[in-house]
Amino acid sequence: MRTLHLLRADGEGFVPPSTNDFNLPPVFGNNEYTTKPILLVFLSVILISVFFILASRKAAIVPSKLQFAGESIYGFVRNDLARDNIGHEFMRFVPYLFTLFTFILTNNIFGIVPLLQFPAMSHVSFPYVLAIFTFITFHYIGIRKQGVVKYFKDIMFMPGVPKAAYILLTPLELATFFIVRPLTLSLRLFANMFAGHLLLLVFILGGDHLLKGVIGLKLISPFAFAFGIGLTFFEFMVQCLQAYIFTLLTALYIAGALADEH
Amino acid sequence: MRFVDVAAESANPLIPHTAELVVGAIAFTLLFLVLRSKVVPMFEKAFAARTEAIQGGMERAEKAQLEAQNALVQYNDQLSKAREEAQTLREEARVQGVAIIDELRTKAQEEATRITASAHASIEAERQQAITSLRNEVGSLAIQLASKIVGEALDDQARQSRIVDRFLDDLEKSK
Repeated sequence: MRTLHLLRADGEGFVPPSTNDFNLPPVFGNNEYTTKPILLVFLSVILISVFFILASRKAAIVPSKLQFAGESIYGFVRNDLARDNIGHEFMRFVPYLFTLFTFILTNNIFGIVPLLQFPAMSHVSFPYVLAIFTFITFHYIGIRKQGVVKYFKDIMFMPGVPKAAYILLTPLELATFFIVRPLTLSLRLFANMFAGHLLLLVFILGGDHLLKGVIGLKLISPFAFAFGIGLTFFEFMVQCLQAYIFTLLTALYIAGALADEH
Repeated sequence: MRFVDVAAESANPLIPHTAELVVGAIAFTLLFLVLRSKVVPMFEKAFAARTEAIQGGMERAEKAQLEAQNALVQYNDQLSKAREEAQTLREEARVQGVAIIDELRTKAQEEATRITASAHASIEAERQQAITSLRNEVGSLAIQLASKIVGEALDDQARQSRIVDRFLDDLEKSK
């Protein structure tokens, strides 16, 4: 955004937001650990911890409003994501899935929270980290459950398939389990947040630029802002959906690793 | 054309930053530890307590219902038993009453018979006595009358009695 303003000051005309707008400078000095997304991630950890500790502290049979709110989210992850997909062993994975869901959801929603207005997940490093955790988790569970040899054998040589099919199937399966899954998991989340933020930038900054133009352009500007606001609601939906999808897929991968045959 | 240059200068968004990787991993792990140790057990506790409360309540209600049913069955049992008992008592009383009446009736009849019989006997005895005394008196009266009429002493005892007897027999025959 800094480049944008500089360019505008030079009178170069509208410069559409680019990937550069995601490279925010450190907030404090030159320390690269104090960039906005990093601070937001820490903020999310604090907010989630405080909220859920307060909500769960009493563990009352008849919940307060706060406890009910916390329980609703927890119950959703526990029952709808973990239990319904993983089965009787689900309780072991509830803490991980719960953390995953709340962490992604909060950081996504930061994208439309006034003043914060930046989804940390639009920096690919964070989705990478989460995908790596999920990747390690479901492979570890599969190996623990079935043993190294059987686990890899089942992946490479899917039972009940004609031998000739392995020429095609084995590389595909290996790619699925070790490349496609973590990559799609992280890139899906990253791309959605990245594109969503870019879209908002286009309309808000565009509206702002139109407002500075000639009278005809000024009249169009409100439409750009209105569209930006509409897209904000749309973004909210996408942000929730992406948190849900990431957690759901993790649960499904874990369920697959626990199952004897996939 | 300027913005193309700007885009070219910018970093590839798919290349991760080391700082962010480190922070992401640390932050996520931190959050995971907090939620796992502080939040999940408490929510699970609340869930368990709630399930327990609901199940316990239902079990208690079921138990109470069962007890009530048992009590009802017991009361009905007792009631029907009492009814039966009353019925048998009534029956017994009726039978006994009949027996008592019968007995009394028999006794009264016997008594009546006895009284009648003794009355008959005493009447008979008195009649005999009356007859005997009457006979004697009538005899002496008749003799006195006859001696007075005949003027002859009829002091011979044996003759006296014979005459009287004959007279009385005649009297009876003529009746």
